[in-house]
Amino acid sequence: MSAALLKIEALNCYFQGLRAVADLGFTVAVGEIKAVIGPNGAGKSTLFNMIAGVTRPTSGHIFFDGDRIDTLPTFARARLGIARTFQNLQIFREMTVLENVVAGCHLRGHAGFTRAILRDRTFRTEERALEEASFELLERFNLVDKAYLPAGALSYGEMKVLELARALAGEPRLLLLDEPTAGLPRAEAEHIEGVVRDLNEQGMTVLLVEHNMRMVMSLSHDILVLNNGVRIAEGSGDEISRHPDVLTAYLGATDDA
Amino acid sequence: MACAPLMNGTRASSHPAGGDQRRLNHTAGRSAAPLLPDHWRLLLFWLVLLTVPFAAPNEYLVSLANLFLINVILIASLNLLMGYGGQISLGHAGFFGLGAYVSGILSAKVGLSAWIGLPAAMLATGLAALVIGVPVLRLRGLYLSMATLGWNAILVVMFNRLVELTGGPNGLLGVAPFSIGGFRLDTDLREFPLVWLVSLLVMLAILHVLHSRFGRALRAVATNELGAEALGIDSARTKLLFFVLSAGMAGIAGSLYVHINQYASPETFSISNSILYVVMVALGGSGTFWGPVLGALIYTAVPQLLLDYEDAELMLFGLGMLIVLIAFPRGLAGVPAALRDWHGGRQARPT
Repeated sequence: MSAALLKIEALNCYFQGLRAVADLGFTVAVGEIKAVIGPNGAGKSTLFNMIAGVTRPTSGHIFFDGDRIDTLPTFARARLGIARTFQNLQIFREMTVLENVVAGCHLRGHAGFTRAILRDRTFRTEERALEEASFELLERFNLVDKAYLPAGALSYGEMKVLELARALAGEPRLLLLDEPTAGLPRAEAEHIEGVVRDLNEQGMTVLLVEHNMRMVMSLSHDILVLNNGVRIAEGSGDEISRHPDVLTAYLGATDDA
Repeated sequence: MACAPLMNGTRASSHPAGGDQRRLNHTAGRSAAPLLPDHWRLLLFWLVLLTVPFAAPNEYLVSLANLFLINVILIASLNLLMGYGGQISLGHAGFFGLGAYVSGILSAKVGLSAWIGLPAAMLATGLAALVIGVPVLRLRGLYLSMATLGWNAILVVMFNRLVELTGGPNGLLGVAPFSIGGFRLDTDLREFPLVWLVSLLVMLAILHVLHSRFGRALRAVATNELGAEALGIDSARTKLLFFVLSAGMAGIAGSLYVHINQYASPETFSISNSILYVVMVALGGSGTFWGPVLGALIYTAVPQLLLDYEDAELMLFGLGMLIVLIAFPRGLAGVPAALRDWHGGRQARPT
């Protein structure tokens, strides 16, 4: 197995004594798609928020590409190459679709403040490059026709896709997808699934929280199952689907089931 | 606060074929267009303003034009912070005053040229904003407004009490005008070209910064801080940058003001004026590029029109504000769009 891009060590998170994640450790290898599944309240979102920097772990460490990141603010983690989408959309509704994606290119901009104020040639060349790259993403996600609409005017499914495009605009090394197909009709969910698969084939490492088991099974190299904040199983789709603890957690199955 | 899309409207309508049209355009050059549509509008409007001294029947009207342009700087810089950044500051008149007193004191007490006072005022207000911005910008919404209000109150007390420096309630006297090699810009007509140029440069700076990653970051933070941070945008630093920029511009306006009037007194920079600037941003069209120009026009012209009504002035002013803000929540800059929607709605109605 290749090197670990993300490494979680003995991670704990308590909310006023309530255990959300307990003593969790795992790695995500470069080029891997790892899925985190589990019933509602299993600690998936808390785990995601700790990796992205929204929630502070009570104890434990998170390493990204060998560097400890669990004390860094969100934006600093994004700068290292961690991009994410949100379960409940966090798009810039009043900005245009194009502006949302160009804003996603924020980290790729280097022209300084003075150059921006003067709007000099260096600045404009960079600006054009970012806009071109954003249009390419919009083309890839079939949003070009809506580039100049306010993002708030998009359908729910389109917003989901836009958020993914925006996350990719910063050219991340690790993509955290929080229920990317939740609430989408099957065709749109399959479109996103295809996009994630293509990205992964081009080398993108993905950590995925998803309820759509068909998608999880078909995409993931490795699946981590959480229940009550604790890992109950980890392995390939086949291993997971036969694991007795997983069946119990999901189906409430007992010996005589 | 509402953040209107920067890239809608004219751009959208000039690209009817969407992607195909864009491809054609993109083969034309390797860098983004040097001039945005608003560049042309800005230039056109400022050229029209240039005719004021020639067309004006008296110098009083030119003095109003100077005042208008200073108000444009003040309201546009506040709009940057408030309209685009969602940070409502009730201390803008304080920064305006700080700029005026720094530049004025350097002139009246130290004997420095106004040309030194202008950048000094900008730097001093920017620096003050940097220092108070770090603690104050941690606050949100109403709390930020109250903290900046407090800051304005402190400044007004200082303007009143540091009599040795500021002249206290009687005002700062003996401020020299701008002068170019002995040619003193001491009449409204002579001051006009300077105010005209500086206000144009400030508006250009605002236009440019809005169409950059800094402006996008500001609007992203204002719309959705969580989403912005996830893209690598440091929201605290972005807010601070624009707080400093906005204050620095108010400082420029202060310096222009003090050297034109050759005088400054504390009540010009009071909290009630800070509130009026916020109202003018909203009235003109918060988060729109042209809103502040409309806001400044009203702020300058309406009190003149209501001069004859004395006591009724403020009441009529207030009533007008209420009507506009209730009928057109997007401000005067949003009136055309509101009328279009209304007209479109009427046409779409089944008969």
